[in-house]
Amino acid sequence: MKKLPDRPELNADMCETADDGSLYIVNISRRAFLKDLALTGFVLAAGFPALISADETAAPVINKYGADAMPHGWVDNPLVFIAIAADGTVTIVCHRSEMGQGVRTSLPMVVADELETDWQKVRVEQAPGDEERYGNQDTDGSRSMRHFFLPMRRAGAAARTMLEAAAAAQWRVPVQEVRAEQDHVLHPATGRTLGYGQLAEAAAKLPVPARETLRLKNPADFRYIGKGQAGIYDGQDMVTGRAQYGIDARLKDMLYAVVSRPPVFGGKVLSYDAKDALKVPGVLKVIELKSSPPPADFNPLGGIAVIARNTWAAIQGRKALKIEWEKGPNGSYDSVAYKAELETAARKPGKVVRNNGDVDSALKSAAKRVEAEYYAPHLAQAPMEPPAATARISKGKCEIWACTQAPQASREYVAKWLKLPEDKVTVHVTLLGGGFGRKSKPDYVIEAALLSQAMNGKPVKVTWTREDDLQHSYFHTVSVERLEAGLDVQGKPVAWLHRTVAPTISSTFGPDSKHQMPAELGMGIINVPFAIANLRIENPEAAAHTRIGWFRSVSNIPHAFAIQSFVAELAAAAGHDPKDFLLDLIGPPRRIDPRTLGDTWNQGESPEVYPLDTGRLRGVIETAAREAGWGRKLPKGRGLGIAAHYSFVTYIAVVAEVAVDESGALSMPRIDIAVDCGPQVNPERIRSQIEGACIMGVSLATLGEISFKEGAVMQDNFHAYQLTRMDDAPREIRVHLLPTTDFDTPLGGVGEPGVPPIAPALCNAIFVATGQRIRQLPIRDQLRKG
Amino acid sequence: MTTLTINGKSRHIDLPADTPLLWALRDVLGLTGTKFGCGMAFCGACTVHLDGEPTRSCVTPVSAAVGKQIVTIEAINQDATGKKVQEAWLALGVPQCGYCQSGQVMVATALLKHNPKPTDADIDKAMSGNICRCGTYPRIRAAIKQAAGTKEIKS
Repeated sequence: MKKLPDRPELNADMCETADDGSLYIVNISRRAFLKDLALTGFVLAAGFPALISADETAAPVINKYGADAMPHGWVDNPLVFIAIAADGTVTIVCHRSEMGQGVRTSLPMVVADELETDWQKVRVEQAPGDEERYGNQDTDGSRSMRHFFLPMRRAGAAARTMLEAAAAAQWRVPVQEVRAEQDHVLHPATGRTLGYGQLAEAAAKLPVPARETLRLKNPADFRYIGKGQAGIYDGQDMVTGRAQYGIDARLKDMLYAVVSRPPVFGGKVLSYDAKDALKVPGVLKVIELKSSPPPADFNPLGGIAVIARNTWAAIQGRKALKIEWEKGPNGSYDSVAYKAELETAARKPGKVVRNNGDVDSALKSAAKRVEAEYYAPHLAQAPMEPPAATARISKGKCEIWACTQAPQASREYVAKWLKLPEDKVTVHVTLLGGGFGRKSKPDYVIEAALLSQAMNGKPVKVTWTREDDLQHSYFHTVSVERLEAGLDVQGKPVAWLHRTVAPTISSTFGPDSKHQMPAELGMGIINVPFAIANLRIENPEAAAHTRIGWFRSVSNIPHAFAIQSFVAELAAAAGHDPKDFLLDLIGPPRRIDPRTLGDTWNQGESPEVYPLDTGRLRGVIETAAREAGWGRKLPKGRGLGIAAHYSFVTYIAVVAEVAVDESGALSMPRIDIAVDCGPQVNPERIRSQIEGACIMGVSLATLGEISFKEGAVMQDNFHAYQLTRMDDAPREIRVHLLPTTDFDTPLGGVGEPGVPPIAPALCNAIFVATGQRIRQLPIRDQLRKG
Repeated sequence: MTTLTINGKSRHIDLPADTPLLWALRDVLGLTGTKFGCGMAFCGACTVHLDGEPTRSCVTPVSAAVGKQIVTIEAINQDATGKKVQEAWLALGVPQCGYCQSGQVMVATALLKHNPKPTDADIDKAMSGNICRCGTYPRIRAAIKQAAGTKEIKS
């Protein structure tokens, strides 16, 4: 990564007032506000100037990564993100969706630090979907901070520079003599100060300084970055019931809808009878929504919608519908049969996606051969707030209020479905009551738009019930991972063959996709960093029979479960300590170019900036082991298990301590997690993300399973799709962040990488505690005796 | 027309008597702090207090709430224990997405009002009806102890 300029000399030209008339720091007192009275809490800024790049030719672009490489790229312009009112109130725009990761705290806090403004007084405003203006808004891939730490620093620094320049101009002193500090610009030589509010209008008329000239703060001067003292911006609203989620939208004369969707993916309505539904008090109308032909894409599933005066009436109306469905091509999808199908595929050669040395010969001549198959089922994201969206169409414009991780895609798809130009669609992003990948797919947003259209533009809110959410998700894939290894006489692995078979997310966008795409293979399987001379990875075909989608940490889940379980199985076969065996397998510290492993994706990051650093992987393993007291004596029925996984360019190792009692009941006294995610911008929220990822990992390891019969999902609510509750959660989760103070080193992701190593760490601990090896998730009652 | 007493005030609603209280609160009265999570009393997101008892509003018909004191998250700060719980929640950074936290705060408040010094087992028993998909359980436990003024009580 390019070393950041550390306080270079300011360009003297910046002191002069330039007036291009189109760029200004918006003065809030003059700014038009659109305030929907029915939606208390959503204040939407309007009237931004057209965006013009400060200097589009400044940086010669070779390979783009990070924010620059995302759709719609990135343009430095602090005026898009920062508004300063005449009274000094600073408003900072958050363009990423808040779903629990703390992004509405952390990103604006970065701007505030560089801007030298008091974070406690900052107002945060949520950006509507508009990537031309705000840069990428797809809140997924654990990349909000990774991609936007520097852009947000630059935004804050640019605005600070403009404020300093405005003050210097007003005082007629060289800009080098002034400095910004906590909402004021000071001229120490004369003791003069001016508040940001007094300077905002003049500063806004100055040109935006070019990226290369910016004077970013020395990290030693950070007030908030790296400190973890920021609090949670929306915390007060969240504990008092005032926080507004997508499901909470209320507009004047709003109608409420639920939809009965085809139980089988690819199915459609053959006929329906709405007579009884329309008799339900409060039900106003029944509307058929057309099913879309495959691929699924983000399109709605179709079905029969019930419009009512409140949600309950709509739900009752839906119950009274009589619908005859055509099941379509997936009507025989059966999870038991499909598992057997995946196993059959995994036992035969498949498409080779990485090949080093000669695995077949090495296996033949190995002193010992070990093989194992692992199964990980479909999962539903099950955010506590189910999908919900509200739409209103008026005068050729559509406004949306939605809990979406994909504001731009929501806008594009609604525009496409309504046949409106994109600039006639506004997507207001609410808080998300969890997302976990489900809300990256805006099918429910399009439903709201179509139903508003069908109701002559009246506001309509679509609410998904829990049954809808669990039965019509874009499910986490299902997989069989087959591993085979050869050990030499010392127990050292000499051959490694891994076949991964799982329907791919790309099947959601192209019906014939049967192989995992580079982004799925790059999630811990093709880039497995083991020092084994003979290594082959194959990916046999798997056809999808439902919508496959992103789930927090995606394909890392089955890959880490299989690989890290298998390593412990090999250690047992070799008679070695699992931690030492894992470290030996990783080999000495080295920085591996991911391209040499066949990983051309590398999480979308530069292979030079983000090599796979086995030293860092070793570091988290050693830290977790040390902190957990690896090797300590435990009573009968207890065990420690270790697992490590590199994902989202972050290194994580987990040591789980489990207890299995005589009846086979599993509990987790303590879990130690070591995290190396590079510099930590908001360590407090990083800890909370890792704790939460741990519990999601425990949940999917012990309970999570979506299964199909006759094409339809068998689980319909939380009694059938169980999630970990407090009494079954680990009693203690200890997060160990590897210290980093160098903010010039690249950032890793945080939201997702905590999930994958949990299941294998637990299963490895269970093996130590009981001698029983779990190869099929969820664990559920596999340990029960009698 | 049904009359309910919500957060100390009389409110009139015109809904069938079997309508769950949740939807009366959210859709008719605009009290959206009480959340929908499952509709079957599995997750606790919809918890309100009925005469001080934590109650799942998604399965409580409005007819069953008539004549009772209904308290929702919007007014729980007027209760000294509720306020203490909210403060502990913020001090320890409990919320992530925040969606289930209305229900968590309502249940934790009821727990502490009935049992000011709960053990870990008491906390498990009271709180395990509430699902948090973000996984804030360790901090919820710690915040309850902080609000109770007990650092560690072994069960």
